[in-house]
Amino acid sequence: MSARFEPITGRYMHLDLFGRPHRIYVEEAGEGTPLLCLHTAGSDGRQYRGLMNDARVTGNHRVIAFDMPWHGKSSPPAGWHDEEYQLTSAQYTTMVLEISAALGLDRPILIGCSIGGRIALHLALEHPESFRAIIGLQAGAHVDPYYDLNFLHRADVHGGEVCGAIVSGLVGPDAPDKERWETLWHYMQGGPGVFKGDLYFYKLDGDIRGRVAQIDTRRCPLFLLSGEYDYSCTPEETLAVAKSIPGCEVTIMKGLGHFPMSEDPQAFMTHLLPVLEKIAGN
Amino acid sequence: MIETLQQRVNDDQGLVRRGRYLTTSFLLEVGATPWLISIFEGRIVSVTRGPFVMPSSSFALRASEQEWQKFWSRRPPPGSNDLLALIKRRTLKAEGNLQIFMSHLRYFKEALAKLREGAAA
Repeated sequence: MSARFEPITGRYMHLDLFGRPHRIYVEEAGEGTPLLCLHTAGSDGRQYRGLMNDARVTGNHRVIAFDMPWHGKSSPPAGWHDEEYQLTSAQYTTMVLEISAALGLDRPILIGCSIGGRIALHLALEHPESFRAIIGLQAGAHVDPYYDLNFLHRADVHGGEVCGAIVSGLVGPDAPDKERWETLWHYMQGGPGVFKGDLYFYKLDGDIRGRVAQIDTRRCPLFLLSGEYDYSCTPEETLAVAKSIPGCEVTIMKGLGHFPMSEDPQAFMTHLLPVLEKIAGN
Repeated sequence: MIETLQQRVNDDQGLVRRGRYLTTSFLLEVGATPWLISIFEGRIVSVTRGPFVMPSSSFALRASEQEWQKFWSRRPPPGSNDLLALIKRRTLKAEGNLQIFMSHLRYFKEALAKLREGAAA
């Protein structure tokens, strides 16, 4: 059997973030309008492999995904071994804006899922001029903790096993096994305490309930897409956010769960392509 | 139906292998009916129906019969498709030494899903 290469290329970017040097892994594919992709908590940019391998997207978009510091092939900053990782709204905002600027992106389309969908709401509110459109996947304004987060990082519970098992039910029932277990594998590969540290943003620091209605979609169009089977950010929560923001367009994706772009790329594309067409038409 | 859990789990070699370091007893409460389930190195050795006078168990999973029926239906609706979905909706209570439950979360999710209609043994 002959080898086949995907059209994705990866590079390591060295960039100072929050006053410290970072080594950040960035992948991209395609040419055209930049489409900057944000992965979920405890995972990495591989979640966007479907978009980067789909010519309907890459034919007219430069699709870019970076692994957040501590995730995937990006390193934690020097000194990490004596720290507890905790993601904050301020850090996350800075990270997205500075990486986008370092890549020289001109008002990219932003797409983010889960914590990426939450920060997408923050960015839509605070930095609408930096993006030509924002797509929030599984984006809610707040999620209350529904299990003891300490189980995600304690030496007598295997971190990879528990992170994969915690999120396994968030994958929709129709996801192909190959993509379902690829998605869960990414969770099983996370470093100790990283998923938990991301959830500090998702469940505590990143609560935007009080301000989400101030998003002005005339300054930056906002599209929200959520999977029917997501019990972390439920369709009801996404619909409530959409209802509170004039001009926000919302789609509930039947059969899909919390990781639409990764758990079932083909099904997700039927929902994403019309949104990208609409953004291109604007 | 709950009695079939023993064979359904023990017939799944992969599940038993993943549970090879798991030896415990837990209570499964379906409405008012408690079941004591004992596991030895990943194999279920007994499923006993209550009521009990003084059951010893490491933890308990408690939900109404209606919630379990939805969880065990062939295609559970959103919010009923996973133990954590039930916990999120506060309809399943997990109580006791949850380190055992959480350290083997995949095992317990997959074992209890064995009771789903149409699930392969």
